[in-house]
Amino acid sequence: MRFVRPETLEEAATLLGQESGVTRIISGGTDVMVQMRSGLVAPDLVVDLKHLTGLRSITPEAGGFRIGAAVSGAQLGEHEGVCALWPGVVEGVQLIGSTQVQGRATMVGNLCNGSPAADAVPGLVAADATVRIMGPNGSRDCPVAEIPAGPGRTTLGKGEFVTSVFLPARPERSGDAYLRFTPRTEMDIAVAAAAVSLTVDAKGVVTAARVALGAVAPTVMLVPEAAAAIIGTTLDDAAQAALAAAASAACNPIDDKRGTIEFRTRVAGVLARRAALIALARAGGQN
Amino acid sequence: MALDNTGQRVFKVVGTRPPRPDGVDKVTGRALYGADMSAPGMLVAHILRSPHAHAEIVSIDTSAAEALQGVKAVVTAADFTPQEDEYLDDILVNCLARDKVLYDGHAVAAVAATSADVAKAALKLIKVEYRKLPHVTDVDAAMRPDAPIVQSGRSLETVPEGMSENVTSHCEFGHGDLEAGFAKADLIIERSFTTAATHQGYIEPHACLATMGADGKGDLWCCTQGQYNVRSICADLLGIEASQLRVTASEIGGGFGGKTTVFIEPVALALSRKSGRPVKIVMSRSEVFLATGPTVSSSTDVKIGMTKDGRITAGQAHLRYSGGAFPCGTVDMGAQAAFAAYDLEAVQTLGWNALTNRPKEAAYRAPGAPQAIYAVESVVDELCQQLGLDPLEVRLKNAARKGTKSSYGPTFDDIGLMATLEAAKAHPHYSAPLGENQGRGLSAGFWFNFGGNTCVTLNVNTDGTVGITEGNPDIGGSRAAISQMAAEELGIPYDKIRTIVADTSSLGHNDVTDGSRVTFSVGLATIKAARDAISKMCSRAAQIWGIDEEAVVWEDGAACPAGPNAGKFPPMTLAEIAAVSFNTGGPIAGHYEFNADGAGVSFGVHLVDVEVDRETGGTKVLRYTVFQDAGKAVHPSYVEGQMQGGAVQGIGWALNEEYIYGEDGRLQNPGFLDYRIPVASDLPKIDTVILEIPNPGHPYGVRGVGETPIVPPLAALSNAVSRAIGKRLHSLPMSPPRILKALSEA
Amino acid sequence: MKTIHVSTTVNGDAAEFICGPDESLLDVLRNRLGLTGAKEGCGTGDCGACSVMLDGRLVCSCLVLGAEAEGVTVDTIEGLAEGDHLHPLQQSFIDHAALQCGVCTPGILVAAKALLDRNPDPTETEVRYWLAGNLCRCTGYDKIIHAVMDAAKTMRAA
Repeated sequence: MRFVRPETLEEAATLLGQESGVTRIISGGTDVMVQMRSGLVAPDLVVDLKHLTGLRSITPEAGGFRIGAAVSGAQLGEHEGVCALWPGVVEGVQLIGSTQVQGRATMVGNLCNGSPAADAVPGLVAADATVRIMGPNGSRDCPVAEIPAGPGRTTLGKGEFVTSVFLPARPERSGDAYLRFTPRTEMDIAVAAAAVSLTVDAKGVVTAARVALGAVAPTVMLVPEAAAAIIGTTLDDAAQAALAAAASAACNPIDDKRGTIEFRTRVAGVLARRAALIALARAGGQN
Repeated sequence: MALDNTGQRVFKVVGTRPPRPDGVDKVTGRALYGADMSAPGMLVAHILRSPHAHAEIVSIDTSAAEALQGVKAVVTAADFTPQEDEYLDDILVNCLARDKVLYDGHAVAAVAATSADVAKAALKLIKVEYRKLPHVTDVDAAMRPDAPIVQSGRSLETVPEGMSENVTSHCEFGHGDLEAGFAKADLIIERSFTTAATHQGYIEPHACLATMGADGKGDLWCCTQGQYNVRSICADLLGIEASQLRVTASEIGGGFGGKTTVFIEPVALALSRKSGRPVKIVMSRSEVFLATGPTVSSSTDVKIGMTKDGRITAGQAHLRYSGGAFPCGTVDMGAQAAFAAYDLEAVQTLGWNALTNRPKEAAYRAPGAPQAIYAVESVVDELCQQLGLDPLEVRLKNAARKGTKSSYGPTFDDIGLMATLEAAKAHPHYSAPLGENQGRGLSAGFWFNFGGNTCVTLNVNTDGTVGITEGNPDIGGSRAAISQMAAEELGIPYDKIRTIVADTSSLGHNDVTDGSRVTFSVGLATIKAARDAISKMCSRAAQIWGIDEEAVVWEDGAACPAGPNAGKFPPMTLAEIAAVSFNTGGPIAGHYEFNADGAGVSFGVHLVDVEVDRETGGTKVLRYTVFQDAGKAVHPSYVEGQMQGGAVQGIGWALNEEYIYGEDGRLQNPGFLDYRIPVASDLPKIDTVILEIPNPGHPYGVRGVGETPIVPPLAALSNAVSRAIGKRLHSLPMSPPRILKALSEA
Repeated sequence: MKTIHVSTTVNGDAAEFICGPDESLLDVLRNRLGLTGAKEGCGTGDCGACSVMLDGRLVCSCLVLGAEAEGVTVDTIEGLAEGDHLHPLQQSFIDHAALQCGVCTPGILVAAKALLDRNPDPTETEVRYWLAGNLCRCTGYDKIIHAVMDAAKTMRAA
């Protein structure tokens, strides 16, 4: 195994593109180190990028924020602007691991690790966030929702890596929230998870919404039917029930050591409903 | 040794809370644990483990591994001589599989090399040919006649004919006429329960450093609850004399019973002998879960009859435990403990142990009792619910007390069950209001406690300080408690005493730190050793004063003439006697060696409030109070620590902890991520109430306190959840999917 | 595997070591620098026994490559006391019997100090959540939480 700290993003792309063996990028390292230790992955090349310009900074852009790929959960949580604009995204990121893990873990790492239960991802998908990708052919942008390809897999090409996440501006009276279910209060992997981002009008009617679910399908997924169930409503009891039902109906989970199909399906609906109510309150609406 | 002046003694040091002698080392990172020791020229060893739940080992070829640059030794079962003694041979086969691998993670071979990387690379070069065999991991399935046989020829004569060969032992306890008892009942409830295997979950993985020379002398540093036990097992397995092997216990990073045996130590010694180099083995966390002892998994049927006014008329339990792939006697303790809290005219408990393709069971805090008492206390609670009776009143009505013939035979002497129940009843927790979806659970718990082989040396230094040499690794503050008892006895300040844990060459045999025995037994030996030193110091004073030894007494840390007829001499303090000891006959020391008896049983009562989220099945523990009889709490903070730590281990067992096996018989959760021990944010404050009903078998009334606290939480939590949701679960852990399923079943 | 030369600062002192490219900072601290206060309880970031500060951030040293220590500061349990003068948290842990076996204690102290450095007056709930990544199997956490709260009080008064 080689450990390399390239001087530029271009150099990194070339290194990663030309390496014939297994490659890994280390920012937080909280997944890569575990996989290396367990023998799941034996990389031939590990590339450390976090010293490169911009990778550890959060900058305002077009009313939103661009967040460098090596920004840790702890750093993100200390940024008042991001916390105020996208509290649901931040709470998702901050649920990853412990305080110690927060000191290193990044939301890009969480995304690129490809876990269906990734806590950072539903919030990003609900926020319609995009990522900027560097690769051997230069830079491109891509919606977060299109990155996961299946458990442990992404749509990133050979030599490609994410350099930043862009969280967009949002209209007035908008709010988001993320909830997951775990048996313990902390130090756990989501058994089911839901993120909701919504906007209400002056009367409190939901005018736009995005609902994303985690840990209930091979990838984190956007559920338009669940969003449709609350758009045009004030999130009254009937809309809440419809949301929960639509979320549960979209689930395609597995039975495993962490939860059953039946449990995940039911709880995903409960969490979608509860997250929507928190998002609504943050948007200033009332049900 | 009987209690001194029951209830009258005024203690000066015992009962206070001085700082622990190992405190500074442990808060500065200086304390040395199993993995913290190194030696010049040291090799690192790694172990190859079975990927199968059950398979025949057709062949092992280690030649490629041996040829790898940097590999200095490889060992397999072929490097050890099979033992005639079945107990020892089981330990050996568990350390390195002989003909079959018996569980996922069973050790097959070990490599010592110049680095961890080389050792790991060498493991990949070892070719093991397996022939897979059908496996069984569930205790009930293992008892069926058609079950895959884990090991043949291991059944004791006590096992009834016609059962699967996996059933290795059977036991029966009880007294009275069951039929007549049940006939007197107004309500009989019979239920079946299961509990998952749980792991002790100590944070420090097993680790050791072994050095064995060509002269056959060996030194072993390891984290263990009993260095003498390690010595005798390793000496037998390696075919050397005990005197040639010195075992030093490191600081121990938790044990809870799991470090009472050996896993890697004989392997490290064999590798060291073969390579002529020191060899270190440190287990990974996954190895700890895969291949060290969890507790038994259990399946239990309980039947209890009760009158309308809450008198239990008869109780019966059938317990089926599995201690993994080797015979295991833990069910005997479960069968004895099941009904110990009750004064019963008719009681019967039957137990069976069955082999399964799981790791060899190791003791876990009150081994066998939590599973049995969970089932009994759950049925008692359901009887109370159905009869509309207060569960605390019912337990008071039926509680075992002095003179009760216990369900397992002996008649109880002074015990603290009534006192703990009364304390719980009087506590504000018991009458505090509950909210929606909240429930309060109650359970009693019991443990036998143990004495055992013990010896202590107490040296009086010429500057008036005292050194105590004892032989039990300090796992919960015992060095402090031992120093306190010596200070109490000698009449000198606590900080004048230093207690150390000796290696096996520095002191005679001491049984393992288990059975809640150390503060009781080592404390008792310390008191006796102190009295031995006192008598010698009185003799020296008598010599100096020129009077009879019998005319000198020890008071407040000094020798004094016994009354006016003995002569008029000013008291001579310990320091004064010690200072001149070289002129009065030489150094002064006290010793005591014995096989302690009279440990005195211990009872506890736990109260817990929970709230259940009806939409997710999640349980939140809101409030927890532990009541326990400590006999005499030598260091109350450390007694509270045992009560709190045990309660939280029990909470984990009740709610989330479990060994999860796949269809392939492999363990699915060998790590702290998916084997979920409680974290700080899962818990409320754990309140404690210490009762002190003196143990007649100890001069200060001390009882062991370490194990009882893990017993009540299982039923207490189950009873609380049952009352919160109006449905009773019969399986542990009560994980959220199980609770949600119970809630959705009409 | 080609080893890497690393220059770093440990507990305020310059330190240099060579390590393998895949070697964890924890292994470097323990096996190359002789600092065995940080413990490996899991190697997967699930127990917190290996907690250290990396450039002022609390991390699990088992999840950091030794090579990543180049040019940063590392603070471990061995640097918590000043000479023979214990940090108030260390004293509080002894006074409140907040340790039994003590193997989780170094990690918990490092984590607790990181908390009090940024939040001198935490609530009990904040302490419990901050320390959720530090497993302790002996104490049930009760006395640990109490010791941290009490040390915070002492430090605020100082």
